[in-house]
Order: sequence, then C-alpha cells, then structure tokens
Amino acid sequence: MTLLKVENLSIDFPTPDGLVSAVHETSFEISAGETLAIVGESGSGKTVTNLALMGLIPPRTANISGSAIFESHDGPIDLLSIDRNELRKYRGKDIAMIFQDPMSALHPFYTIGDQIIEAHQVHNQVDMKVSKARTIELLELVGIQGAGTRLKSYPHQFSGGMRQRVMIAMALVNNPLLLIADEPTTALDVTVQAQIIKLLEDLQKEFKMAMILITHDMGVVAGAADRVNVMYAGRIVESANVRDLYGNPLMPYTQGLLASVPRMDRPHTNRLAAIPGQPPSMIALPSGCSFNPRCGRKDEVGANKCETQMPELTPRGSGHLSRCFIGESV
Amino acid sequence: MFAYISRRLAVSLLILLTVSFAVYVIFAFLPFDPAALTCGKNCNDPGIIEANRRRLGYDLPFFTQYFIFLKGLFFGRSFGEGAALINCPAPSLGYSFQQHACVTSLIGEALPVTFSLAIGAIFMWLALGIGLGILAARFRGRIVDRLSTIFVLIGTSLPTFLTGLLLLVFVVIRWGLIPFPSGNYTPFLENPFEWGQILFLPWLTLAFAYAALYTRFVRSSVIDTSNEDYIRTARAKGLSEGVILGKHTLRAALAPIATMAGLDFAGLLGGAILTESVFNLPGLGRLAISAVVKYDLPIIVATTLLAAFIVVIMNLIVDILYAYIDPRVRVA
Repeated sequence: MTLLKVENLSIDFPTPDGLVSAVHETSFEISAGETLAIVGESGSGKTVTNLALMGLIPPRTANISGSAIFESHDGPIDLLSIDRNELRKYRGKDIAMIFQDPMSALHPFYTIGDQIIEAHQVHNQVDMKVSKARTIELLELVGIQGAGTRLKSYPHQFSGGMRQRVMIAMALVNNPLLLIADEPTTALDVTVQAQIIKLLEDLQKEFKMAMILITHDMGVVAGAADRVNVMYAGRIVESANVRDLYGNPLMPYTQGLLASVPRMDRPHTNRLAAIPGQPPSMIALPSGCSFNPRCGRKDEVGANKCETQMPELTPRGSGHLSRCFIGESV
Repeated sequence: MFAYISRRLAVSLLILLTVSFAVYVIFAFLPFDPAALTCGKNCNDPGIIEANRRRLGYDLPFFTQYFIFLKGLFFGRSFGEGAALINCPAPSLGYSFQQHACVTSLIGEALPVTFSLAIGAIFMWLALGIGLGILAARFRGRIVDRLSTIFVLIGTSLPTFLTGLLLLVFVVIRWGLIPFPSGNYTPFLENPFEWGQILFLPWLTLAFAYAALYTRFVRSSVIDTSNEDYIRTARAKGLSEGVILGKHTLRAALAPIATMAGLDFAGLLGGAILTESVFNLPGLGRLAISAVVKYDLPIIVATTLLAAFIVVIMNLIVDILYAYIDPRVRVA
C-alpha cells in the first residue's frame, strides 16, 4: 500500500539575489513499512523536501507547488495543500520527525519527561498518568536505563546519543505511520551512530512504520534502507532498491558517492576517491545536466549534449530510475 | 541547589566587605578636612572644628575609624559625651552635623520614597516592554512592529527629565488628564490613593525610558528564540502556535529579562536622581545630591555604600532566581 505519494514537488525560495530553486519537480513514493533513504550532499534538497512535507517551512518564505498525498488515519490528505491548522493534527501523530542535532532539538528548560508527555497529550485526550506511563514505556524501549527517574532529568544531563534516543522516544510516542529521520546520526560519535541506526531499524519493525532516512552517509544507507533516492541540486538523479543501487549504480554522481566510501574489503593502498569540484550555486544552476561540470563521463555522451539538455529521470528496468544520457536506450 | 546558594551568599558577603572598604578609603583620602565640613561652608572656628574632629573620631588612625564604622553598623554608635552625647542606634551609618540627624534615620525616610518610585515604575515598564516586545516579534514587519520601533526610538532618546517635564506640561497642565500631583509624598500605608496619585507621573516618566529598552530587547530575544531548533521540535510535535509561543519560546526568551530587571531595579533603588528632582520627591537620589552639594560627607558615604549594597544583594537574588529558571545553571 502506498503511504505517501509525492508528485512534482517544487520548492523555490525568493531571495534578494534571485530565486533559489531548492527542489525541482520531484516525485517519489513510499509504501507502508518501507524505508526510503534520501542521499545527497548538503544543499541538494533532502532536508527541505521533508520540512515541506511536515509543513515546517515558515509561511510566505517559499513557493511550494505539487502534491503529497498521505494516507492518514482519517483517509488521504494532501500535505502540501491542507490548511496549516489542520496539518497540525497529523504532525507528531501520523508523521513524526527526528532531527540532526539532538543537542539543540530539545528544550533546555524542560525535563525530558515534560517534553515527551506534552507530545503525547497534544494528540490524546487522556489522563496525565496515562501519558506518563506511555513515556516511561517508550524511554525503556529506546534503551534509557531507569526511565522512571530519568524522566525528571533535563536534556543537558544526557549524552548526545542518549538525547537522540530521547528524541526518538518523543517521535514514536503516538505510533506514527511515517517517521522522517533527518540525518539522525550526523552529530554523533561513530560508535553511537551504529547503535542509533540499529535502534531505528528495530523500532521500525516493531511499530510497523515507514521511514524516510535522510543522510549523506552511504554506509548507513546500505544497512538500513529498502529504496534509495539520490538527490543532486534539487532533483532526484537516481532511484533504485538498495541492492540494485550498490550493485549497479548508473548515474556518474551515484558512482562517485559510492567510490568515496571507505571499504574494509578493498585494498586500502590508494587514496579515497573524491568527486571533483563543488556543488553548484542553487541560484545559477549550470545549463543542461546540473552535474555536468563535475562529471567525468560526459565525453561518453558527446556532442555537448550534457551541457545543453537536462536528461529525464527514466526507468532502466525493475524499478531502477536514472537521470543520465549514458545507457539511455537509443 | 543549597550548595549553590550558600556559595553565592558567601561570595556576596565578601564583595560587600570589599565595597565598604573601598568606599571608605575613597572618602577618607579626599582632599577635604571632614571635621571642617561639619560646621558648614564658612566656618573657621578652630575650636569647633577640633571638638567635632574628636567627636566624630576623625582624629583616630584610618583603620580604627573603619573598624568603628563597621562596628557601628552592627552595634550602633554614639558621638561626643556628657550632655552633648548623640546616640545613633544600629545600624549606624554615621551622623550628619549639617542636618543634625543620624544618617540611618535620614535614609530611613528617603528609602521608602525611592522604593515606591522604583517598584511602581518596574511593574509599568515590564508590562509595557514585554507586551510590546512580544507583539512586535510576533507581527514582525507589520504595523505593530513599526509603531514599536518609533516608540523605542523616542523612549531611548528622550532624557527622563525632559519626559517628566513634558508629561507635567501636557498631561497635567495643558490637557488636565490627571489632577496636579499636589502636596508632598504620602506613604502608602497612610493613604494609598494619594500615594499612587503623586507617584503616577514619576512612574510613567521612568517606565517610559526603560520600557523602550525592554521592548527592543524582548523583541530580538523572542525572534532569536523562535529560530531555535527546539522551537522547530515543538512545532513538529503538533503543538498550536499559542502554546509554542507561550510555553516554549517565552520561557527561554524572557529568562534574561530577570537579570536585566533585577539590576535595573537595583540601580533605581540607589536613587533615581533626575526623576526625584523633577517631581520633588524626597528620595535617596535627592538626599545624595543635596549632600554632595553641601559636602555632607557622612551622607555621601552612606548613600554610596547603600547603592552598592543594593546592587550586590539584587545580583544575588537574580542569580538564585536564574538558577530556578534555567536548570543548566544549577550544576555550575
């Protein structure tokens, strides 16, 4: 069953220097219980896509178009056109989000218990005791020792990894259908990163929820995702299930990303591969394929095609999509 | 929490002692003969001067004088002997020969006036400044915000003596909106209505200047806080904008106001010199100014010390209050 179907999502920010086209005509969908990873460099549009779905982009700062049909508990709703007050009822209930930096995402003046109970109370007309019991249950589930007493602790009394666990507990308190995890491990130590990803995977199975995992860590993607969308300069450039993407990356950008991951199973005599150049300015995108100035394989296409035409996102067999002239059926 | 408070208390006591010593040193080494000042500006009778020097203890070594002064704070102090004995009970801050009164009782008369002035003004400016600041932040760039900017500009540029005079001229005399604050200062317990009527304009004058500063501060603090990650988290939970502002944003945005308000209040308690002068209020500021003009040294020392004491005490209160507001301070 399709849980969320995003079609032609475009997000533009008017700025004094010109229109920043952060996301351009992006379409994707996610089924119930599935994990979709969205990968890409900073500024590729990963985060802003999901903020738009949550209705968290401040009003009047961006032009958002397209549709995002979400199968909520009350039937299908369009996340992009629904009234903001109406959307509030689903936010934190049917769709929850965890953020990149658990250091700053929790309110420093309130105990974590207060903050999680509040998230439960706002969507459930139940007694405080019920919310408190539910909070303790969740805190135990995310692996916080002595949840009953830790409830009264303030965020600064937890380590980074523990704070992210608290954030996860807060996001899951209402049994969401969809969890958006925006770089949940970026701010954490490497050893803690693995624990958090493992925790998210386990909880996803237990709660039977879908998850959008935003990351730029290809290692995280390989372990946790079912499908992967690779984004570059506001567009999806490749989309495939995780096995196909790692086994047969089609777009040179994806190939570059995968080549830049350190691997234990390869001889490490050579330096890590890097993608040359910088991500483009979002105000003045290069003509043709946005990736062409950094692409090492555009000669294979030839005739300046990459510099003049934007390739379409086209199917390359069994659910594998790629936005590249290379290998396009002639 | 208890350890935090007792440590802060100990430090405050040390600061108070240091401040009292510093003030005493400054006035002990001024190029005046304190004894000569006791009998008025044009007094040249060496007999009186020397008698007063002995009476006030100015003939003793410096440290002995300071020690006697400290002792007087706790046990009272008497000047002279026999029929001319003057007794100032604890806490004695000395004796003013020019006013023929113990300094403590002079301060005891002036302090309630200044306190009444400060307490009314702080309520007014907090209500006005915080209210307007929040409105300006909430409706940033809209008409309320523009008007608040104008208010801030006027409030911060007009000196209080001018605001006070303008209020007197227009609100009272020209437009007759409130009756002329006739008569002298009346204590609250004697006649609360008259107390409020006489103090209303002084409150307004002081509050006007401070409210402008607070409006500007609250506005930027609320705007900064609304951009915090934890406010985004609150929104992602599905909380209403009202709860987000009232519970999450304001708690963090207004915490620094406690510090500001505490110290501004302390500053005013030391004497609102200009406002008291414009409205002819017999407060600490006026007591200090008239003492400076007349070289009434004991009063100058006492009012300076008192102002410093109030600031130190207020600092302590603010620190304790802040630890209550912000849990992160408690561990430090």
